[in-house]
Amino acid sequence: MSARSLVVVSAGLSQPSSTRLLADRLTTATVERLSGFGVETSVEVVELRDLGHDIINNLITGFPSPKLSAAVESLTAADGLIAVTPIFTASYSGLFKSFFDVVDPSALTDLPVLIGATGGTERHSLALDYAMRPLFTYLHSVVVPTSVYAASSDWGTGADGGTGALPDRMSRAAGELAALVRDSERSSRVIDPFALPAGFSPVGGYGAQ
Amino acid sequence: MQFGIFTVGDVTPDPTTNSTPSEFDRIKAILTIGQKAEEVGLDVFALGEHHNPPFVPSSPTTMLGYLAAKTERIILSTATTLITTNDPVKIAEDYAMLQHVADGRVDLMMGRGNTGPVYPWFGKDIREGIPLAIENYALLHRLWREEFVNWQGKFRTPLQGFQSTPRPLDGVAPFVWHGSIRSPEIAEQAAYYGDGFFANNIFWPKEHYMKLIGYYRQRFEHYGHGTAEQAIVGLGGQAFMAKNSQDAVTQFRPYFDNAPVYGHGPSMEDFTEQTPLTVGSPQQVIDRYAGMRESFGDYQRQLFLMDHAGLPLKTVLEQLDILGEEVVPVLRKEFAKNRPANVPDGPTHASLVAKTRVAEAEKPFALGGISANVSVDSAAANQ
Repeated sequence: MSARSLVVVSAGLSQPSSTRLLADRLTTATVERLSGFGVETSVEVVELRDLGHDIINNLITGFPSPKLSAAVESLTAADGLIAVTPIFTASYSGLFKSFFDVVDPSALTDLPVLIGATGGTERHSLALDYAMRPLFTYLHSVVVPTSVYAASSDWGTGADGGTGALPDRMSRAAGELAALVRDSERSSRVIDPFALPAGFSPVGGYGAQ
Repeated sequence: MQFGIFTVGDVTPDPTTNSTPSEFDRIKAILTIGQKAEEVGLDVFALGEHHNPPFVPSSPTTMLGYLAAKTERIILSTATTLITTNDPVKIAEDYAMLQHVADGRVDLMMGRGNTGPVYPWFGKDIREGIPLAIENYALLHRLWREEFVNWQGKFRTPLQGFQSTPRPLDGVAPFVWHGSIRSPEIAEQAAYYGDGFFANNIFWPKEHYMKLIGYYRQRFEHYGHGTAEQAIVGLGGQAFMAKNSQDAVTQFRPYFDNAPVYGHGPSMEDFTEQTPLTVGSPQQVIDRYAGMRESFGDYQRQLFLMDHAGLPLKTVLEQLDILGEEVVPVLRKEFAKNRPANVPDGPTHASLVAKTRVAEAEKPFALGGISANVSVDSAAANQ
């Protein structure tokens, strides 16, 4: 079996949180699909609540604590990301955004991403498409077409809720992510932190005509 | 091994009294601190360059020129000289002049500056920071080594038959360090020229700088200036001391908690664990810094930041007494232990002159001023 690395970022604040619940359901569905492809998957869950102070300290000092650094390194070398946030005041939570603000903008390039969100009512579901999807597009990640929004009421719908019910959406999204993760080679890449830009010369001419 | 202090020259309110020094007070305090550094036996005083409040040192050679007259032995340096927004022609002239005024006790540390608006104020663009640092230094390097320079680059007016004046003292350019927090391009540049590389070290965990310095050392060897162990490395550091370590913690905490860079962020305990900041007894500072060469290899220059975050002048002078009398003498002994004979001492004007003369005698042609693979550890270089 080949191996792939999946990182799950959950920005839920309460414990237990419905955001984490959604993240876990999406993870299980994705790992099952990958298993069906004969792909073994290692999963690392990053609970942003546990990193809250470290994230703010990084914003202030410019460097990550060892704990935050480990999370960012896992993300940088992941084959896939499941990112789930509660919707606060019409968008992803501030903590969720702050975490991605301290990640190097090039670290998520080509990363397959499944986006999910939770909220009290269905009225905020478009935040996935007007806020979260552009965030990952900016980072040059590959966001799967199906995103999953779970309102409080969704947790009361059954598996037979028909097309569009929560289990159906989770299954479709997991299938889309698993196919990209299967083909990802990100976790086996070797990154050279000292790679110089193409055409660099220590005596100049760099950037010139 | 050279020990010294560097200052950014911030004007910061003292959080314990809410009083802010005037620009006059702070400028005079910096000049007093520079003289005190020599008095307590340090080897280097380095001054920052800034063009935005709350920092005052916009004109470093004016202040260093004053210190040159008031001191006799200490090396006057910069931390850093803005190689991006200054005209390299003016840097060549200003620092060659300072070299003559100070009888050669001058070197420089190049930096890019990280304040976006300063670039356009000087007609530049921060997005071109690296190309500016590379091209401007290439010109500066030639201006100090070639009598007449013809030049055409991307960032300044071309030059035809330009002679920078005065010529460097004894025909030997001031030594140059290149400072960078994360750019391999700058480590590569320092290695290419055989110049020094300085890792600020104070705001980030040392593991980060260990990798960057390792890269510089490897490239220094690649370019034929000596072995990786012979590369010229400088490190920043930061300490606050009291005889009783708990007193140091209590006294420094309000300054730490309100400091311009890291204040209101991590706890002092976390920050001292994650960065080289050491708050405690002189012995704790000795232990921490004596251990630096385990991480970075034997190096040439250790600078401490001692006067920021609104610390009053009186406190800074007391700290310098402790540093000079109790810490540095012990560190000198510690760093001398088992130091390989082929690892050079910190560069001085005398050592550079000696090295240049040997190179001239041995080789009829000089490699663009780079005297590679010439091992001269003259007694004059020792501090």
